[in-house]
Amino acid sequence: MSGSVEQKNKRLVRNLVIVVVAMFGFGYALVPLYDVFCDITGLNGKTNTEAVEETHYKIDTTRNVTIEFITSLNESAPMQFRAESAKLKIHPGEYYTVNFFAQNLTDKKMLAQAIPSITPGLAAEYFIKTECFCFNEQTFAANEAKTMPVRFVVDPKLPEKYKTITLAYTFFDNTEKSVNK
Amino acid sequence: MSAVVAEHDEHHDHGPAKGLLRWVVTTNHKDIGTLYLVFALAMFFVGGTMALIIRAELFEPGLQFVEPQFFNSMTTMHALVMVFGAVMPAFVGLANWMIPMMIGAPDMALPRMNNMSFWMLVAGVLLLASTLFMEGGAPAAGWTLYPPLVLQTGAALPFAIFSVHLLGISSIMGAINIIATILNMRAPAMTLMKMPLFVWTWLITGFLLIAIMPVFAGAVTMLLTDRFFGTSFFDAAGGGDPVLYQHIFWFFGHPEVYVMILPTFGVASTIIPVFARKPLFGYSSMVYATASIAFLSFIVWAHHMFTVGMPMAGELYFMYATMLIAIPTGVKVFNWTATMWKGAMTFETPMLFSIAFVVLFTMGGFTGLMMAVAPSDFQYHDTYFIVAHFHYTLVPASIFILMAAGYYWLPKWTGHMYDEKIGRLHFWLSAISVNVLFFPQHFLGLAGMPRRIPDYAVQFADWNMVSSIGAFIFGFSQLLFVYVVIKTINGGTGEKVTDEVWEDAAKHGLEWTLPSPPPYHTFTTPPATVPTEHF
Amino acid sequence: MKKTKQLFACLCLMAFGLETAQAEYALNLMQGVTRLSHDIYDLHMLILWICVFIGIAVFGTMFYSIYHHRKSKGHVAAQFHESTKVEIIWTIIPTLILVSMAIPATKTMLKMDDVQEADMSIKVTGWQWKWEYDYLDSGVHFFSSLDEASNRARQLNSGIDPRSVPHYLLNVDKPLVIPTKKKIRFLFTAADVIHSWWVPDLGWKKDAIPGFINEAWTSVEKPGTYRGQCTELCGKDHGFMPIVVIAMDEPDYSAWVDEQKTQAKINKSLADKNWSQDDLMAKGETVYVNNCASCHMADGAGMAGTFPAITGSPVVTGAIDAQIDLIYNGKGMMPAFGQMLSEVDFAAVVTYTRNALGNAVGDSVQPSAIKALKASLPEPADEDEDEE
Repeated sequence: MSGSVEQKNKRLVRNLVIVVVAMFGFGYALVPLYDVFCDITGLNGKTNTEAVEETHYKIDTTRNVTIEFITSLNESAPMQFRAESAKLKIHPGEYYTVNFFAQNLTDKKMLAQAIPSITPGLAAEYFIKTECFCFNEQTFAANEAKTMPVRFVVDPKLPEKYKTITLAYTFFDNTEKSVNK
Repeated sequence: MSAVVAEHDEHHDHGPAKGLLRWVVTTNHKDIGTLYLVFALAMFFVGGTMALIIRAELFEPGLQFVEPQFFNSMTTMHALVMVFGAVMPAFVGLANWMIPMMIGAPDMALPRMNNMSFWMLVAGVLLLASTLFMEGGAPAAGWTLYPPLVLQTGAALPFAIFSVHLLGISSIMGAINIIATILNMRAPAMTLMKMPLFVWTWLITGFLLIAIMPVFAGAVTMLLTDRFFGTSFFDAAGGGDPVLYQHIFWFFGHPEVYVMILPTFGVASTIIPVFARKPLFGYSSMVYATASIAFLSFIVWAHHMFTVGMPMAGELYFMYATMLIAIPTGVKVFNWTATMWKGAMTFETPMLFSIAFVVLFTMGGFTGLMMAVAPSDFQYHDTYFIVAHFHYTLVPASIFILMAAGYYWLPKWTGHMYDEKIGRLHFWLSAISVNVLFFPQHFLGLAGMPRRIPDYAVQFADWNMVSSIGAFIFGFSQLLFVYVVIKTINGGTGEKVTDEVWEDAAKHGLEWTLPSPPPYHTFTTPPATVPTEHF
Repeated sequence: MKKTKQLFACLCLMAFGLETAQAEYALNLMQGVTRLSHDIYDLHMLILWICVFIGIAVFGTMFYSIYHHRKSKGHVAAQFHESTKVEIIWTIIPTLILVSMAIPATKTMLKMDDVQEADMSIKVTGWQWKWEYDYLDSGVHFFSSLDEASNRARQLNSGIDPRSVPHYLLNVDKPLVIPTKKKIRFLFTAADVIHSWWVPDLGWKKDAIPGFINEAWTSVEKPGTYRGQCTELCGKDHGFMPIVVIAMDEPDYSAWVDEQKTQAKINKSLADKNWSQDDLMAKGETVYVNNCASCHMADGAGMAGTFPAITGSPVVTGAIDAQIDLIYNGKGMMPAFGQMLSEVDFAAVVTYTRNALGNAVGDSVQPSAIKALKASLPEPADEDEDEE
């Protein structure tokens, strides 16, 4: 009897260990799955992270949508950062360019990454950027000031209920982290 | 390793090894069960001491005893020690002792792994405890270890994470062992649907553990690489997202709380019928309810995160799914009540603890239902209301049932009767003080007191004082249990207990057909028949 | 049984005590001052009552059984152990109850989500351990942290009775002021770790997450002062970053906004004035207590292993420019105070730390020097320009 039980045990343990390894992998698989989930649900208002080709939309002049621009600096980012205007009234389908100003306040080279976030999150998929300083890490020379344009369009398919969309950028000082890499 | 094997074989033929070494190298399920239970009891007091430090600081407004950072370490360590050092090991200990005896098996399926998983647990907990003495102090970001805060932990971070890995591997090995034992080692007559519910709930818990512990290990590994190896899983600056951690954590965390409550259900379903002198009502519905609770636990995780800013559809889905859990849980409570109904009840200490469990766990369930409702949760979230809720589902539930199990099986384990008078005193002190301790926390939470704060506005002073008084009475009452256990091991009341111990217990479980105390090796040949009380 | 009584007492307390005694003891959820918070309160009460009634039914049955079906009374155990019919009944009834709960809950949830078409927006940023408020429409901007009286009393063994401090731990140096009867949209983010902004009277809390933005709305019906706290563990001083919201009727609110703008101009001119050492020291002490003492301690001794001491610190007693640079730009756990402190406060605290807390360097820095430090970016244009 014990021979067969031992074999059964071995097989079972092997299968269970496979489950364990698979679940460990599943934990990591949750990372890309989460991005898909965010895309679908608009969680956290993530926007496109790469430039989109400029395509033509039919401009809906009957509708006004207010776009608010918010800028933040994460904790130790020694910078100045602001948008040229706090808000903009736009028509869906039309392309707009808004300038953002940022300056490195240190006398050393700085690498900084801007993270965009949109609220309401469900509007994020209709907010399309063809040019943004957030697509790449930005390099600032010592004390360098930059004017950085963001070019965007709001898809006319944006549901009627959205009247105000807020686009927020947070600059993170990545100098130390990037150098360590 | 070969030495261990030799020892093991030797054990099989003779009794236990002599001296302390017996406990180090043992592969006997009863010895390892004892080790787990003793260790869990010790950790219960370590975690309890931390709780008393917390309650002492909260006795009055103002800071009297500890700095805020140390206070946060205490809340964090209290939770980690209680979850991973006390409650989970205690149930693994019960499983080790009881499952082979309940299913007519000679031992656990994988005795050597059994020994290893216990000592890995000890190593993990010691490593965790050692972080208290490290530069920057023990982890203080809560047991949930949310980034980015947890990444501010000082030197302790990698050690805490490594200790979580050890604890995780230990529980996974324990779970594999229990599953293998249940599936492969049953006496031929013990079919799945004849297994006692404690065995059933542990089988399901084992699968939960195997599914979730690796996910948690993955999450903390991501924390580790984020901090030390430049990855950006949870760092917004590198394209990561701190909320992702919360999703992964609660994918582990919600089933994790059921890991602590499902075996509780199992023990309660084992004890109540014996003292009601009736078969368990709705045996198969109990099994199905357990399985559905386990399944639901995987799809409700984000109800811990209603305030992170999920889209409407997400909020609603997680609200509905969470409310569904009330149905199988309700079935269980109704079944226990129906088991008592028209029974011939007696109220020995294990039964008292079990009844208190049913009542107080149900109250914890009610507040759980209240918090499942997302809009109200926007008020309750992260206040003392939730502290009250989960302590009701852990202390007068899991802890009470562990106490009940202790009193219930202690005569079987030792062959001596415990002191019923002290047992009842322990019960009444615990049952009253646990309510003095946790019930006022509902008021505090509703009135607006956030959790995890070392100091509070003066309008919260009265109920905090009441709660702290309850905490101290509850904490010191538990010393009675230690006294009872030691006294019982050393002969108890002197009364010789029968094999059955409790009236007609043998109708309910195979373990009661064995001598009290059972010999070192039991069921070396499987029993021919098994109790079929619930059919 | 004692147990029975005790439990019923608890339940009764929950059921009745809450409503009658709430004035004195605040046992129940507050009704709040917005329509949303009232809806949530009603939802809370509905579900509480449902739970109380289910509780009475279940516990009542159980205790009837415990009382009557006991062996000591000679009751003989029945042997039934199954009934599919009963099982089905007690699955279906709870399901129906749940549906009846889910309907109002869903309605309230949808209302909460309707953030659109607000009258004004306020950006709230969580910091370790203070809140930053940005009025996106009027350009008013300030930090709000625990008030000085609470801050002194809450130090370990401060010797100050918290009861003697008005609104102990629920008071701030600069409250958030909002107009009544306006739909206000809040945008939440954080600068370091996750925080959560909760004012119970408004009916909700929302997480502030670094790098991301969250929104919620409120419309306060009546003027008043409403207090709340951070509810997401955010480190050492999580318990010490309260929120105070003052709701004002319209003319008062506009006056307040104007006052803020004037004050901002005055502050700017103060930075150009030449400050005496004594004035800087006096000002610096307050700034130190409010911004630095929570980590570096009130006496400047710091906390071994985590927060360096100010007393005798090589940075503080070294070159003044290096110290200014560190405070301005931050480093590791030390936040960058460059944008957080006004020029005057900044110069004052630098001067104070160099000449107090056991240090005696003797030099000082003028606010104008700090002003010069601030970059030569084009001054932000008045933000209410493109309002139509």
